[in-house]
Amino acid sequence: MSPLTEISRPPLLEARGLAFARNDEPVFGPLDFVLHTGEVVLIEGDNGSGKTTLLRVLSGLLTPTEGEIRLHGAPLTLDLLSPQVALLSHANGLKPELTALENLRFAAGLHGLRHGISPPTALAGVGMDGYADVPTRRLSAGQKKRVALARVLLAPVALWLLDEPYANLDPEGIGLVNRLLENHAHRGGAALITSHGAYAYTSGTPRSIPLHARPARDLTGEGRPRGDGLPGHSLGDDAGLSPARPGTPP
Amino acid sequence: MTAGSTLIACRALVRRDLTLVWRRRGDALNPILFALIVVALFPLALGPEPEVLRRIAAGVIFVALLLAGLLALDTLFRSDYEDGSLEQLVLSPHPLALLLACKIAVHWFTTALPLIVAAPLLGELLHLADPVRPVLLAALLLATPLLSLIGAICVALTVGMHRSGMLLALLVLPLYVPVLIFGAGACNAAGNALPYAAPLLWLGAALVVALVVAPLACAAALRISLS
Repeated sequence: MSPLTEISRPPLLEARGLAFARNDEPVFGPLDFVLHTGEVVLIEGDNGSGKTTLLRVLSGLLTPTEGEIRLHGAPLTLDLLSPQVALLSHANGLKPELTALENLRFAAGLHGLRHGISPPTALAGVGMDGYADVPTRRLSAGQKKRVALARVLLAPVALWLLDEPYANLDPEGIGLVNRLLENHAHRGGAALITSHGAYAYTSGTPRSIPLHARPARDLTGEGRPRGDGLPGHSLGDDAGLSPARPGTPP
Repeated sequence: MTAGSTLIACRALVRRDLTLVWRRRGDALNPILFALIVVALFPLALGPEPEVLRRIAAGVIFVALLLAGLLALDTLFRSDYEDGSLEQLVLSPHPLALLLACKIAVHWFTTALPLIVAAPLLGELLHLADPVRPVLLAALLLATPLLSLIGAICVALTVGMHRSGMLLALLVLPLYVPVLIFGAGACNAAGNALPYAAPLLWLGAALVVALVVAPLACAAALRISLS
């Protein structure tokens, strides 16, 4: 993609002055960032810095207290948002009584199916092909996480919001998440992922995925005056304009 | 998103909820056993005189089924809330109210309908008069979906709280009172050979209103609970 088309096309996701407060207590923000297609951006911050809350705001589950979110340049509404976003949260949204495959079939019915993928192939894609008929409650935490990732993989959406996708995963699983993210970015998707202390993991990431962690001063909130002194984080305005982009999205 | 894909989503949700009930089918019997025990307590407490029991039969069955339904109500959204499927439901591209209507329908079908089927048996325990039996069944068929719909709104409001059982009962029971009055009223009228159509029609009218309004209110309440 040439720089010219990049400027002329509105970014996939854009946040301006985004802030969220719970009972008048600020949780995060104000934040400004841009997410273009083909990008994977890491939201980094300490425990309690509002990473999960930010993802819930961006997914539309929570309404921001201030600021605005634009999706493809248009102000965000839930109707506009939900067909374009897949959320992986701490509660992975799997029914323990159903098998892995049944869970994915239901997700496919609810959210639709990405072209060229089916529940069994998604399960194979996360290395769980031998577990299709095992009830999810018998799976380990890491295996459940893989099934939940397969659910995200199925959804025909451009934007992935993954909360702690690396939690509970073995090194091979961490590599798998990075591969899934890379593929998603290559086919024109984008992802926001949270992780605390994720640098240990992301150092093993293929170079082609730029995980835009902020410089250290911004991660600790020093780059932006904050009255409450809580550790904050922000994604920069330039998050989408890094030269280190993956291959041209289709 | 099209109407076709919404239909697919509703079908997937109905199939999933029915599968879940089938996998936990041991639990499905509990409301019936509860209603049976409550009804059996009355002859034990009041004595076995058929005349006394016949007079209170319809009212007791109504209250027993209402309480059994109340106990089953909490399962409507609880597990979905805890395992995160509820937020996936909210995030789906389909109208939330429609999906919730499907959930409520499945819940009614699997908890209230077995109770209605068991109602004639409960009637035998209390010497229910023969002419009252069809009126009781008609009243229950109209009243129980209404109870499910009203209850669903309250469950949606309280699902985010821990140990919400008693609060839920306090919220729901006052709202159940009119349904009880019209339902048991129709049965009492039939027992006294009086016209009983009017209270049944009132129940039907309220059911129509609730069918339209309750899923919307439920969706709004759930969004509040999830934020």
